[in-house]
Amino acid sequence: MSEIRVNDFVLKIGTVNGTGSASANGLLLKALFRMGIPVTGKNLFPSNIQGLPTWYGIRASHRGYMARSKRVDLMVALNAQTYQKDMDNVTPGGFLVYDSTWPRQRQLNRTDITVLGVPLAKLCNENFSDARVRILMKNIAYVGVLAALLDIDTTILRSLIEETFASKPKLVKSNLKAINLGFNYAKENFTCPLPIRAETMGDNSKHIMIDGNSAAGLGCVYAGATVGAWYPITPSTGLMDAFKAYCKMFRMDEETGQKNYVIVQAEDELAAAGIVLGANWVGARAFTPTSGPGISLMSEFIGFAYYTEIPSVFFDVQRVGPSTGMPTRTQQCDIMLCAYASHGDTQHPMLLPANPYECFEMAVSAFDLAERLQTPVFVLSDLDIGMNDWMIPELKWDDSYRPDRGKVLTSEDVEKLEKFYRYLDVDGDGIAARTLPGENAKGAYFVRGSGHNKHGMYTESSEEYKDLVDRLLVKWKTARTLVPKPVVMQAEQQTSIGIIAYGSSDGAVIEALDELREKGLHADYMRVRAFPFNGEVTRFVEKHETIFVVEQNRDAQLRSLLILETNTDARKLVPVLHYSGMPMPTSCVVEGICEHLSVKDVA
Amino acid sequence: MSYIKKPRLDLPGQLTNEIGLLKRDYEGALSTLCAGCGHDSITAAMVQALWELSMPPEKVIKLSGIGCSSKTPAYFLSGAHGFNSVHGRMPSVAVGAHAGNRNLVCVGVSGDGDSLSIGFGQFGHAVRRNLNMLYIIENNGVYGLTKGQFSAAADKGSKSKKGDINQWKNIDAVSTAISMGSSFVARSFSGDRDQLVMLIKAGILHPGCAIVDVVSPCVTFNNHPGSTKSYTYTRDHYHPASQTDFIPPASEIKVSYAEGTSIVVELHDGSKLLLKKADSGYDATNRSKVMRYLEHQRAQGEVVTGLLYINAELPEMHRIYRTSATPMKDVPFEKLNPGSDALAQLQARMR
Repeated sequence: MSEIRVNDFVLKIGTVNGTGSASANGLLLKALFRMGIPVTGKNLFPSNIQGLPTWYGIRASHRGYMARSKRVDLMVALNAQTYQKDMDNVTPGGFLVYDSTWPRQRQLNRTDITVLGVPLAKLCNENFSDARVRILMKNIAYVGVLAALLDIDTTILRSLIEETFASKPKLVKSNLKAINLGFNYAKENFTCPLPIRAETMGDNSKHIMIDGNSAAGLGCVYAGATVGAWYPITPSTGLMDAFKAYCKMFRMDEETGQKNYVIVQAEDELAAAGIVLGANWVGARAFTPTSGPGISLMSEFIGFAYYTEIPSVFFDVQRVGPSTGMPTRTQQCDIMLCAYASHGDTQHPMLLPANPYECFEMAVSAFDLAERLQTPVFVLSDLDIGMNDWMIPELKWDDSYRPDRGKVLTSEDVEKLEKFYRYLDVDGDGIAARTLPGENAKGAYFVRGSGHNKHGMYTESSEEYKDLVDRLLVKWKTARTLVPKPVVMQAEQQTSIGIIAYGSSDGAVIEALDELREKGLHADYMRVRAFPFNGEVTRFVEKHETIFVVEQNRDAQLRSLLILETNTDARKLVPVLHYSGMPMPTSCVVEGICEHLSVKDVA
Repeated sequence: MSYIKKPRLDLPGQLTNEIGLLKRDYEGALSTLCAGCGHDSITAAMVQALWELSMPPEKVIKLSGIGCSSKTPAYFLSGAHGFNSVHGRMPSVAVGAHAGNRNLVCVGVSGDGDSLSIGFGQFGHAVRRNLNMLYIIENNGVYGLTKGQFSAAADKGSKSKKGDINQWKNIDAVSTAISMGSSFVARSFSGDRDQLVMLIKAGILHPGCAIVDVVSPCVTFNNHPGSTKSYTYTRDHYHPASQTDFIPPASEIKVSYAEGTSIVVELHDGSKLLLKKADSGYDATNRSKVMRYLEHQRAQGEVVTGLLYINAELPEMHRIYRTSATPMKDVPFEKLNPGSDALAQLQARMR
């Protein structure tokens, strides 16, 4: 490779899980970020604690593309178990860095890539005495190697290390030593920098690096949620970890040490759902983070909350299904499940964040919507958004915001009524006012999942039953007007081709639009951000002759939902699917669309 | 049926309690259970106990699962909010409700199917969290609404109405709760009103999860010869191990009791429970002795009743969590939301 490519490369680092490579990879990512380069970091890890292969991919893109690229320009292969496979994955013209403490000439036999051996273990063994430190420093040493090879600003690396270990000066010293070991070896033995390289560019000071789970957990704190209930499940665990960490930061009474939050680790997901309902019923904002298997278990309570109209917020950080599936791989496979979760006629609003920025925003709006509509609301993130490192614009907060608690009658309001009826639709929007336990005996009512009428009484009357469930449809119409609108990107030229996607498929579509345009193909793009679909979604579908529905599941679930809910001609909607469990690559979108259009041309 | 208005009679000379309420103010809708159902007697005891405690109705929440037992919260205290949840999941809703508002007095009514089969896990975890609630199990050993199947509480060898003999060992709520580390475990009989009222009062005031297992015969499906949960069988094998008196805060213990035959347990609000031992040597505060005693009596076929185990010192859920005294639902938003400056500072560390 001789072509010089600045701020446009993909690194992949293959290690063994449990060896502490995460901090080294974070260091690399942050250094590139601070050089003003748009970056993303994606972790590919096993469902295991220690000893299995794990990879971390970093994409630097001066154009700001966030999607996964299938390219590997530089592979750092530190796991002997996967050397061969890792080498095979390097894009022709690319580079492979490996630990040459144990030379592997026979294995490393590709002639179309450049193999760079660095005796990382040897360097560390000679310079550090403690066994565990040697392993950890080997990781930091490859950061030094990459800093030389890619021309990463070492003053930034130094300050990052100093900040990270501010309270442990000894570690600053050893980490810097390890960086220098790698850096100097590379400088002395290779031509630095490589044709792929980093260069200080724009200003990232208005951006942050964060994962979606942390952003969503922070959103729950800002929304004023006080009760969180959960059962640990990958990949949603980080959301509750974040909520807990931010609560410790912001919700502890300094004088008394008392907490303004309750986090309950439930015995299972059924209990987690019950806890969320109980807390919301008495008027506390409560939520649960989970993943697909958890939604399956919670479904009975979800239907209960729909029918009894209890606000509740469910975060589904999707992973590969069905069943246990692949817990550490990503998919968008629960959209159909969540839309209609539970037996009987049920339907639920869903918010579909595409990145951590929206995870934060939508966490807040989920509580407002749930309380306004008095119904379960789902936030569907996924492993790619939830657990990977994203660069996003910094989060904003409007201090004048106050939660929308919806129609809640105070004790005084109730006193003014002749009689309180729980399910009476006074305003015609399908939403009846509720009261909270503990306030006024006159406002007392009985929550029941069995048949009930608009007065809140038990019923087995057909008319009264229908009256109530029909009113829930009126509420559904109201929901349509309250959920976030889609984001539409018009093509430069008039076109009859449309693309629809949601959530973490966004990055791949954004990049694909540019690639398609270079091929002379123009398409309008609509990113759906919520369910039920509002008028704009329907109009976009009506306006285009061919619509590619891009998503990460086998069965084209969003496409099915669009067909069901917009009454469109199913033949117009062409599925473009990616369901390997890896984040969606741009190439999948480009190839899927090109393939379909050329086939059609021939026919 | 519940949609028929219950007649409200104003009788002269009716007693009011300390907050000026009549007993009928503690009643609910008319019961739709079978005439003679043990559950209705428990409901009546609940009305009596809540009235005697002068409990403000709006401070109480009534929760249940699914089944005949779980219908009963509709039949008492209509001024309290009620929550008839899904089968076996009442405890989790109670955890959430109490997490959201710790000032609520939580009364849970469950059944043997609801707590010992489908909801066995949640029952165990309510005990484990020592959730501050009264947890009544209306135990008739049978599934009534689905026409008479054995429940997990049915004794081995007992006979169903259809004549089947139960082949499975029963799950005993009392010994299970004690072995799981419960702080308050009692058993009673729906036919023993006085004992039941006392246990309900003690259970409500106990600062933790008070399990009260009440043998409550099903007149339709489990009241025949060969049943071990019938009125006749229970009366014949009824064996009180202790008798409870409740002494309100700042009152003196006036009841005479002989040293060594009674135990006084002081609750956090200053009220006291006086446990009179029916059997000499019975000590409701000694877990291993209680377990041995219960096992011994079980082998004799006795239905041991009374407050069987208590430990008022075990911390309840909020004490362990160190939750603030203000109910979560009442904490002002300004205290919950860190604001824009804090967000900016926090993000400085994300670059």
